[in-house]
Formats: sequence, C-alpha cells, structure tokens
Amino acid sequence: MTIMTYRQALHDTLRAEMLRDDSVFLLGEEIGVFEGSYKITAGLLKEFGEKRVRDTPIAEEGFAGAAIGAAMLGLRPVVEMMTINFSMLALDQIINHAAKIYGMFGGQASVPLVIRTPGGGGQQLGATHSQNIELFYAFVPGMKVVAPSNPADAKALLIAAIRDNDPVLFLENLALYNTKGEVPDDDTPAEIGRAAVTRPGKDLTLIGYSRMAHVAAEVAASLAESDGLDIEVVDLRSLRPLDRETIIASVRKTHAAVVLEDDWLTYGIGAEVAASISDGAFDYLDAPVRRVAMAEVPMPYSKPLETAALPSRDDVITAIRQTLAAVGHRTAEPLALGVPQT
Amino acid sequence: MIEIKMPRLSDTMEEGAISTWHKQPGDTVTVGDVLVEIETDKAVMEYEAYQAGTLAEILVPEGQNADIGAPIALLDDGTGGPAPAAAVASAPSDSSERLQPTPVAPAVSASPATPPAASAPGPAAFSPVANGTANGTANGTGNAGARRVASPLVRKLARENHLDLSHVAGSGPGGRIIRADISGLVAAGHPATTQSGPAQSAPVVPPTTAAPGDVTGAPGALTPAAASAAPAAPGASAVPAATPGAPVAAAEADDVRGTHGVPISQVRRVIARRLSASASEIPHFYVTAVADAQALMDLRATLNAQLTEAGRAAAGRAKISVNDLLIRACALALREHQDVNVSYGGDTSSIMLVHDRINVGVAVAAESGLIVPVIRDADTKTVTQLGAEAKQLVALAAERKLTPAQTSGGTFTISNLGMYGVEHFTAIINPPESAILAVGATTREPTVVGDTLEPRYRLRYTLSVDHRVIDGALAAKFLQTLTSLIEHPWMIIA
Repeated sequence: MTIMTYRQALHDTLRAEMLRDDSVFLLGEEIGVFEGSYKITAGLLKEFGEKRVRDTPIAEEGFAGAAIGAAMLGLRPVVEMMTINFSMLALDQIINHAAKIYGMFGGQASVPLVIRTPGGGGQQLGATHSQNIELFYAFVPGMKVVAPSNPADAKALLIAAIRDNDPVLFLENLALYNTKGEVPDDDTPAEIGRAAVTRPGKDLTLIGYSRMAHVAAEVAASLAESDGLDIEVVDLRSLRPLDRETIIASVRKTHAAVVLEDDWLTYGIGAEVAASISDGAFDYLDAPVRRVAMAEVPMPYSKPLETAALPSRDDVITAIRQTLAAVGHRTAEPLALGVPQT
Repeated sequence: MIEIKMPRLSDTMEEGAISTWHKQPGDTVTVGDVLVEIETDKAVMEYEAYQAGTLAEILVPEGQNADIGAPIALLDDGTGGPAPAAAVASAPSDSSERLQPTPVAPAVSASPATPPAASAPGPAAFSPVANGTANGTANGTGNAGARRVASPLVRKLARENHLDLSHVAGSGPGGRIIRADISGLVAAGHPATTQSGPAQSAPVVPPTTAAPGDVTGAPGALTPAAASAAPAAPGASAVPAATPGAPVAAAEADDVRGTHGVPISQVRRVIARRLSASASEIPHFYVTAVADAQALMDLRATLNAQLTEAGRAAAGRAKISVNDLLIRACALALREHQDVNVSYGGDTSSIMLVHDRINVGVAVAAESGLIVPVIRDADTKTVTQLGAEAKQLVALAAERKLTPAQTSGGTFTISNLGMYGVEHFTAIINPPESAILAVGATTREPTVVGDTLEPRYRLRYTLSVDHRVIDGALAAKFLQTLTSLIEHPWMIIA
C-alpha cells in the first residue's frame, strides 16, 4: 500500500501499463510537450517518445477516429479528452463507431479503446466546461463506462479498462484529482461492472459514483459520528454495466435508499438506479427512493451560484433525514437546552 | 385538490391533536373560515383556511394526533386532480418525486448488458395478493375502496405474516403505514384479527406484567426518579397527579394496585419530556435565602390602599400582589446580574448566549398542567403593568388561549407556591433558561430584631441554577441583590 493522489495513481498506472504492453499508447491534446492539462501524462513523452505519446490537433472527432482504427488493428490506444465536454465533438465516432463495430460486423474486430476524460463542475469553468454527461455514453449498448471515486479504484479500473477488449469511457473528476488514498502496490485489475459496498450499514443505503461516492462516504462517516446513524454506502464504480445486484441486495437489507449524482436529475443516472431498486427491491422498500442531483440549469460561472447548483453535503444530509423520517427512524431528539426560543 | 397539513403552531410543537373540526366534508370553505381547532403542547388554537373550496375529506378525526406536515384534510378547490383516496396515495411531499405515472415496462432484464436484473422478482406476481391484503376487502372491514397506503415492505410483511392492516395507524408521510408501525405485530408473530382494536399496542403488552409482590421492574412501576421529580416540578402539586412517565397501557390489568389508565394530554406529555430532559441534562444546584418581608408587606398594603383611594384599583384592575413585586424585583436583579440571564449553548457550542432582554416567565398551574406565560421586558414595566399583564396571562392560560408568542422567549422563571402555604421548595429549570426562582409563602415568624423577638413577615425562596454557566458565588450574589430589594421595597418601584 502506498498513499498517493488520484492524479498520481492515474499517472503511475498509465506508465506501468505502457511498460507492460508495447501496444498501449496515448494520444490527445497537449498530453506530450505540455504534459497534459491536468498533468496526468507528465514525463511520459520523455520516457516513451513521440510514437507512444502523441500530441494531436484540436480535433476530437479526428483523433478519436484514429484511435478507433488503431484499436481495430490491435493496438490499445488510451485517448485523453481534455474534459468530457469536448468529447461531444467525437460523439459520432464513439457512439456510431467504437460502440457498434464489434456487434455490427459480427465480432470480426473489437475496439480495445480507452477514453479518459474528467467531468465535474466546481472549478468556475462555466456552463460549457462543467458538465456531467457520462450518461450519454452509459446509455449506449456496446460501451462500458467506469467512474472511480478514489485513487485505489482509479488504478484498478484503469488497468481493467486498458486490458478490456471493448471501448471504455473512463470518467475522472476535476474535484478528485488531488484527493489522496491508499493504493495497492500490485496491478490487479478491478472487475468492470462491479459496485463496491464501501461502508456497511443498516439504516439506509446511500448510492453514488465518482465525486458523489466520495461525498457519500464523508456524509455517512459524519452522520455516524454526530447522530449515530448506520448508513451503508454503495460506490457504483461502473455505470455500464450497472451492478444492480449489489444495489438491490443493499436496499433489501436497509429498506431505504438515497441516490446521489452530479448530473441533472431528469433522466439522470440516479433515475436508472432508482428504477433498478424499484424492479429488484420493491417489496423491501419502506419509503420512496430519493435522489440528490445538480440543479436543472446550465452551470453558472458565479462562484456562489455554482456552489448552489451543485449537490452539497447539506443536500445529501437533508435527503437522508427526510428519508429516515419517512421510515419512522427517530434519532435521539435534540435537547431543547441551550437553543434560544425565538 | 389541496392537502391541508398539520401546521406548526409553536416552537416546541412536534405533533398536534385535532380538537374540533368546524367544517365537515361537503361544507363550503372560504378563506379565513375556522377549519379546525388544534391542541398543541401549549394551547388549543384555531386554524383558518388559506384557500377556498369544499372540504372533501377529513383525514385525521377529532382526538387523533398528526405530525407537523402530515395531511389532516383534503380541500377540493375545483382544480380537479386525483380522487381523495388517491391523493393520499401520492402524498410524498418531495416535489422531485412527483413524476408522471408511466407504464412500467418490465423489460429491464431484456437489456443484453444487464445480467443481474434477473434477480428482480416479477412485480406482477405479487400484485393481486397485495391488493387483497392491503385493501382489507378480504376481511370485509367496511372500508372497501379506501385503499390503505402502506409501503411495499409493509405489504410484503403483511402478506407473509397474515396481518390485517386495516386497523394499523400509519405514521409515515401522508399516513403511510411503514415498517415501524407493524414491527410489534411481526415480532410477536401475532396474526391480528379484524377485531383487535389498536393493533400496535396489543402484542407489546403482556396481559400480566407484575410478578407477585412486585416492587421494582414492572413496566408501570413509579420509579423513584419519577416520584421525586414530581413534587419538584414547579406547580406540579397543584395538578391532579397522573402517573408520570410510565406508559399507561403497561399498567392495565394491574389488580394489585387497582390501577386504571388515564390518557395523557398533549400538554402533560410535553411537560414530561421537557422536564425529564432538564432534570437529567442540567447540573442543577440550589441556593436558598430568606428575606425580612415586613417592609414589602407594608409597602404593598400602603400601595393598594392608595390605589383604591385614587380609584385605580377598581373596575377589575387587580390590587398589587406580592408576586407582582417579586417579578419586578427579579427583573431588576437580573438587570444587575446579567450573567444570570443566559443560556448554555450546548456541549458542541463554543459560546453561551447572554440575553439583553429580560423576559420573566410565571409558572401557572392551569387545569391542563403547568404552563409558563412570559412577560417580556419585565424590567421596563411598572408593578401595576406587570400585575395587569400577569393577571391577563393567567386568565388566558386557564382558557388555554395563550399564543405561542406568549409562552416563548423567556429568560428566567418564577414559580410561586406561596399561596398553598408551602414554606419553600426547589424547582426544575425551564430550558433554555439557566435559573428559576421557587418562592414560598410569606408568613409571620418570630424574628430576632436587636436583642428581642418580634413577629415579622418572612419570605423564603430558592434559586435553581444551571451550574454549566452559573457558579455558586454568582447565584449567591444574585440572591443578595434580590433580598436587598425585598427588604428595601421602595427600590423595587423606584
């Protein structure tokens, strides 16, 4: 075990996979000479040379297509889209080609492609640079979408994504790059499509992925401390395939769920999770599934407005309290002492 | 269709009891009409309509309680919407969950990339049974058509345990029956029959609880703590004592003591909860002093004689009482010792609260139980003003007409049992205040004056203090000031 940042885990894993397998190569905007907008690829151009770390023009559709072709011919390209917002320029390549080729051509060619890209707001980058549109890819059969929330998962899922024979959208998050955590030293890949119960509990299931799984773990720990609540946290880790089994097993145990997502509520990832719970745990629910998501607005640039638009810890705590109240879970009544009446 | 919800009528209110419905289903309601009288922890209050329409359905009948925010009636405002029963079914108050109903496509498992979905049970397999059980129609309980709202988990447990939900009260949002409401039934493996009254309590209480010669441990036993707390509660001795604390149901069928249960009022429950919290959480200590009240009694007699002479004490305006003088004396002593006029901020707070305004509560033994109306800014009012205000508040308390504003915001309380001949007693602090003065009777006693004994009026009083914010010396200084004021009573009215 080594303690390192999410950013460092990604960098070290990319390097290790490139050392392990000559067919792994990187391409994207500013990843070489500039060493990446978020410095994930720092030093790799020097170490591996221009052939394996390729700076591309600002032409997402073009280099996505080039990567797909390379993958079809046996290489393992890892594309960096500077942010997930720019991946929309390559939607046709990703959805109509990468995701379809294996099925449309009867398995004659697979597309072992990884698209690494950070989503997320909170950095005052404005409406077009702060989105959470992983749903676009999680919606499409033929794609895989993974979304690690901590450095250990970042490593294990990136290894799995690179070694997987299908196109994988690897979702990073701007707010997570500097978070630290323990990372195993071995290179065991994660199982794509498997969620993790990161905190066992019995009062309520709190479900999240990427940044919101991180928030979920924090909130659960703080409510255990302050209110003695025993909250189970499920980190989805993979949005497609979605691990319904783990979600359902947890809700069957706790009888209540709150789903967290950084994207918009309407048609969001949380809607799919909530529907899965209804399908598999309907008879175990003691209250409706509640969702916490971003405000339904284009992300404001203004810092106070941006903060207000993003789902906060307080929003999560409120949803938890409302859900627990709905199932008759009464925590110790706050004493009237010391609270001035108004 | 508009849901009328249980309003929050006071700061400490958590639930309210429906006292009287002024409108019945079918009645026309205009804005401002009194819909219902609601008993809170403090008073019975009228609740007026904010919207016009026709009262469609009463969801909480008279005598029953509902949590704040729970629907208590449905008002048809002509906008249509779901039928009454269905409106309750869709009651979850979170607007984000008000999704349009869409046909359920049981086709998730058809998605090639989702193998785990196979573990989802086919919903259709359960629904006929669920309807039969939960509607109560199978039991012929007479509420056919009125679908009881229960969580899916409750419906499953009801099916598995052959429970009839028709008599189970739902405590979830919108009256939804939740697991907590039936956990007693399920735990007891008790197949409730349609005749079994209020179902929750039945299996929880064994028919006989008391072992022969029971002294301790029986659920209904008056514990020593409860017994000693009762006389200490200000004004409690004026109230016909109900068994404090212990669940009445547990005392049923107790022949040994010839016990019978008496329902506990909302007011009594709040008294029980708040005073228990105060007595167990606040480190109380007590400081008693005695004052020579001769001058005070003389002043009072003089004042009342002169007020009567001037015609100011006539026509319902009360004479000045010892208590009126004490209210002002306490207010002045608090002004001098502002660090008694404080509130502890809680164990997690880094501050305590110092109150600039001096609002003195007066404990009143109303028929329904102890209530403490508050005289605000008591230090700025004359003794006659204080007397008039106190009299008015006591009258309102007797009629249970005190408003939340009149029972909140206190910074200090006086409890006077002198009129019952009590020599002195100790009181429990009324949170979030930090001190309460328990006042005994003013009586003539042999008093040493110089080298002789003289009959003089004497007054004993005990200050209960929250030691977390007030130390003994401060409490003593406060009493010193108060005693000085009582012994030099012109200072009180100066």
